[in-house]
Amino acid sequence: MAVRTVSNLRKGEKGVIKSFSDKGMSLKLLEMGCLPGSEVRLDAIAPFGDPICINVGGCYCLSLRLNEAAVIEIE
Amino acid sequence: MKQSNIKVALVGNPNAGKSTLFNALTGLRQKTGNFPGVTVEKKSGTFRLTDSDTSSTTVTVVDLPGTYSIYPKSRDETVVMDILANPKHPDFPDVVVVVVDASNLQRNLLLFTEISDLGMPAVLALNMLDVAASMNLTVNAVQLAMQLHVPVVKINARTGEGIGKLKEAVRQVSAVKEKSLPNYFYEPKGNEVELIEEVKGLYALDNDYVALQYVCQHDNFSFLEQPVRAKLDTLIEKYGFDENNFLAEETIARYEKIKPIISKAVKTEGQTEQPYWTRKLDSILLHPFWGYVTFAAVLILVFQAIFAWASYPMDMLDAATAATIEWVKETLPQGVLNDLITDGILAGIGGVIIFIPQIAILFALVSILEESGYMARVMVIMDKLMRKFGLNGRSVVPLISGVACAVPAIMTTRSISSRYERLLTILVTPLMSCSARLPIYAILIALVVPETKVFGFLNTQGLVLFGLYLLGLVGALGSAWLLSLFIPRKEPSYFMLEMPSYKLPRWGQVGFTMYDSVKSFVFEAGKIIMAISIILWVLASYGPGDNIEKAEQQVVSEMSGQPQQEIDVAIASAKLESSYAGQFGRFIEPVIKPLGYDWKIGIALLASFAAREVFVGTMATIYSISGDFEDVPTVKERLVKEKNAETGGAMFTPAVCYSLLMFYVFAMMCMSTIAVVYRETHGWKWPIIQLIYLMTLAYVSAFAVYQLMS
Repeated sequence: MAVRTVSNLRKGEKGVIKSFSDKGMSLKLLEMGCLPGSEVRLDAIAPFGDPICINVGGCYCLSLRLNEAAVIEIE
Repeated sequence: MKQSNIKVALVGNPNAGKSTLFNALTGLRQKTGNFPGVTVEKKSGTFRLTDSDTSSTTVTVVDLPGTYSIYPKSRDETVVMDILANPKHPDFPDVVVVVVDASNLQRNLLLFTEISDLGMPAVLALNMLDVAASMNLTVNAVQLAMQLHVPVVKINARTGEGIGKLKEAVRQVSAVKEKSLPNYFYEPKGNEVELIEEVKGLYALDNDYVALQYVCQHDNFSFLEQPVRAKLDTLIEKYGFDENNFLAEETIARYEKIKPIISKAVKTEGQTEQPYWTRKLDSILLHPFWGYVTFAAVLILVFQAIFAWASYPMDMLDAATAATIEWVKETLPQGVLNDLITDGILAGIGGVIIFIPQIAILFALVSILEESGYMARVMVIMDKLMRKFGLNGRSVVPLISGVACAVPAIMTTRSISSRYERLLTILVTPLMSCSARLPIYAILIALVVPETKVFGFLNTQGLVLFGLYLLGLVGALGSAWLLSLFIPRKEPSYFMLEMPSYKLPRWGQVGFTMYDSVKSFVFEAGKIIMAISIILWVLASYGPGDNIEKAEQQVVSEMSGQPQQEIDVAIASAKLESSYAGQFGRFIEPVIKPLGYDWKIGIALLASFAAREVFVGTMATIYSISGDFEDVPTVKERLVKEKNAETGGAMFTPAVCYSLLMFYVFAMMCMSTIAVVYRETHGWKWPIIQLIYLMTLAYVSAFAVYQLMS
């Protein structure tokens, strides 16, 4: 089965961050508090399906584009 | 009394409340807002600490742009490390106050540990404890202080709570004279250790982490010379240092250190998520359908307010200005001075002063959008649309603030991380109709659009105004798309944006923004308007040689026997035509004739080249010199009565007015904007391209509209 990423989440669905598939983007995500092991939940989808808003670790809300979300692999 | 000085820098994540704290500390009114990236350049202010009866300390506070780490991702963030890594920098602080958002402590502490490792004496200011409390998070400040080895002060930057204690903590930390090396949160691994030692030896550094920053960030450090940078590059090669890997590993290692600290210092019993109403509001405001409906409703409300609500105070100001001019005209002795004051200065200023209510309302509403946290949501719902035009969701902020003024708006583009998207945003922001255009729109709309209602409640004039703003927006997006075809994109584009919780706007802050915008409009714009009005009055009242007298005599001889009043009007008009200003107007008339303008409008057009707010005042001056009226009319009445010399009909026909409107929607008539684009793009290339592009666009559109309508 293909690797699931945050961009595959449905609204309200949860996942746990496993790793990142892009080096450059992973640093920015880490600095913004997306850590491996944190739980994320898809909270909102903007009009036209992109960007999306995810809740990270029950703590704060982060908005990111689908291609950015596709970098975050979850389990 | 003994005097001493210390410097303090405010550092922290975006939207942690640094600028609000800065205002609370210094009593200044630095711009704040509830979304990441409000502050894009450093700002300084001072406060005084009284140490004892005999000595006091002046503390200079520098407010820095927010950043998630010391590794900058966009132009605004580079300034932070440029100061902190360079002890010779004039702003290099004695104490760093790290402002953290207590509701997201783990992430906020990442930056703190980096600052601490740089060896900066620090104080941790715990802000947003109320948000944390609403999420059932309790932070134990004493425990946190013990774990981090720094003073921790609980503050509420919005209410000013804890500010006294924070100042006291700053004094104590600054009093510690001997500097010791920090307990590093990050311990270098493998051959990083030898690399660090070599860099420390070469550049006489004692701090490991500063040495590491020389390795990682030397290209961002303006204080390092080219040979130093080249040498550091060879070292990177020698040790096979992989920067990307290192940065990710360093960040993860820091979080590993932070986690146990958090679990000791933060109680999370029954933790809930972002405040309930933030999630509730988001489900509507980010909704695929209702999100856009709300956004459109907000915009329409803004334009309704500008036209409908503002009309009452405007009518009063208009009447008051006319009355003042009349009173001065009758009170002062007749003569040149009387003419200069009434026709030159008062006419020019009066023409502009009546727009104060509109500008106040516009700035207040934009400020409410920024303070509430809604701006961040607008960036989200607009991102996909913006991307189609080569822009970014973040471009929404400069575009919306461009409605107030393009100069600060262009500076806010610094938070856009992609240089390409930032450039495009800079180039098209002046197309957004700024507040200086509002007086021009208002007067021209009042001339040609009837004051009626559509659907019983929408003001027609308000709708046309909305249409002009919309045209500006369409022009901006279309131009971005057009320019994106010619400018190559070099780097990937990011959006990633933290959503702040909604907050009630602080009315004091909104009120101050209103007051400040009106003040700068009246004084800054007023100065230019007054200067240009006086110059224009002189140029319009005097002419080369005895041209003016000749013109007068000619009219008198030609029109003898006709009613005295008509002769007077004809004389005034002939005098203006043969004045210096008249000759300038005549000179450019061939160029603007295809747009439907005569030489009088040409004078106003030329005068407003440096700043468009001059246009209405100039028109008022020109028409009060050329007209000779029984009582003093308002600017609008003067324009209505103006006759076209060729047709004999009204000068300001719908075709001419719409052509002028078109011209001012697109034209780049603002020296300050050109200057800020020069500064932000580091050269003349882009401001020149922008000027030529926008002027061509303005000319062609005005031409097309005039030709189609007449």
